[in-house]
Amino acid sequence: MALIRKKKSKETPPVSTASLPDIVFMLLFFFMVTTTMREVTLLVRLKKPKATEMQKLDRKDLTTYIYMGSPKNPETYGSEPRIQLDDQLGDIGDIQSFVILKREEINEAERPKFTVSIKADIDVKMGLISDLKQELRKAQALKISYSTNPAASPEELYKTY
Amino acid sequence: MGRKKRSTPEINAGSMADIAFLLLIFFLVTTTMDVDKGLMVKLAPWTDEPPPEDNKIKEKNIFVVLVNSNDQLLVEDDYLSIDQLRGSAKDFINNNGDGTCAECNGLRSPVSSDNPQKAIISLQNDRGTSYQMFVKVRNEILGAYSELRNELSERKYGRSFPTLNEEDRSVIVGIYPQFISEAEPVSVGE
Repeated sequence: MALIRKKKSKETPPVSTASLPDIVFMLLFFFMVTTTMREVTLLVRLKKPKATEMQKLDRKDLTTYIYMGSPKNPETYGSEPRIQLDDQLGDIGDIQSFVILKREEINEAERPKFTVSIKADIDVKMGLISDLKQELRKAQALKISYSTNPAASPEELYKTY
Repeated sequence: MGRKKRSTPEINAGSMADIAFLLLIFFLVTTTMDVDKGLMVKLAPWTDEPPPEDNKIKEKNIFVVLVNSNDQLLVEDDYLSIDQLRGSAKDFINNNGDGTCAECNGLRSPVSSDNPQKAIISLQNDRGTSYQMFVKVRNEILGAYSELRNELSERKYGRSFPTLNEEDRSVIVGIYPQFISEAEPVSVGE
């Protein structure tokens, strides 16, 4: 009896690594679930403006993105700012049907929370943005967000002028 | 044949962790955790008929911000730079000309807004205005409101506006509601 006890106190048992695969799998599943593989390949140059008063858009599934900027390959698409809807460049006339289609995809109870996020380049002129806004109004997509990057302070925004 | 008992060999699970790690690292690298942030705006519903001409909004209750195609500001018939806009907008919203807003501490000028409930900021830009400038102006106007709400919240509850609970927050929003109108752009020349 005494002999057994003595033996136990001397040896430290090795850490069991049997559960390591389980832990790793758990992490793996977490990242698999949170990963969004389907990212749109940008066909337009996009440098978002900076701002300080923004709000977070937390429901990605209720948000539709519309990109605007000068095309990356001007040989094919010209140098004038264009609108990108999903993976192709569209015209102002395509917006209504695009937005309505996107809204149909989400379930009816959450449709009032449907938001359109406008990701536009800083050099886009407001004429194009206004045309877009008119189309969104016609499509009854009234919640919009001007996508911006965070600025460190309001003073940073004054500097360039 | 049938009599021969073959024990199936056990699959070696030792490399399971390595495989899982490999997958884990792949998903770690490809995951984008970025959250989209932006200036939230509510558009007015589309109407085919033009707005009524005889609207009863007094001119002193409208704070007109004009941006031209050279990204210059004209605020209430004065040239302003972008860093003056926030202060100017705050003075206008907080003016409290008719004294009905008990919580406001404005200048009570007779030529500026009656009270924050009536104060409307009208933002009008040219078709040639840059998006960058538009976002800056929009940001300053939103900033004016959020500063006023924050100041009131500090005076009233001793805490900043974002930390308030739902109920207190709606009280503050009731005192300083946001009325921003984005008018149709005019084309003066690009």
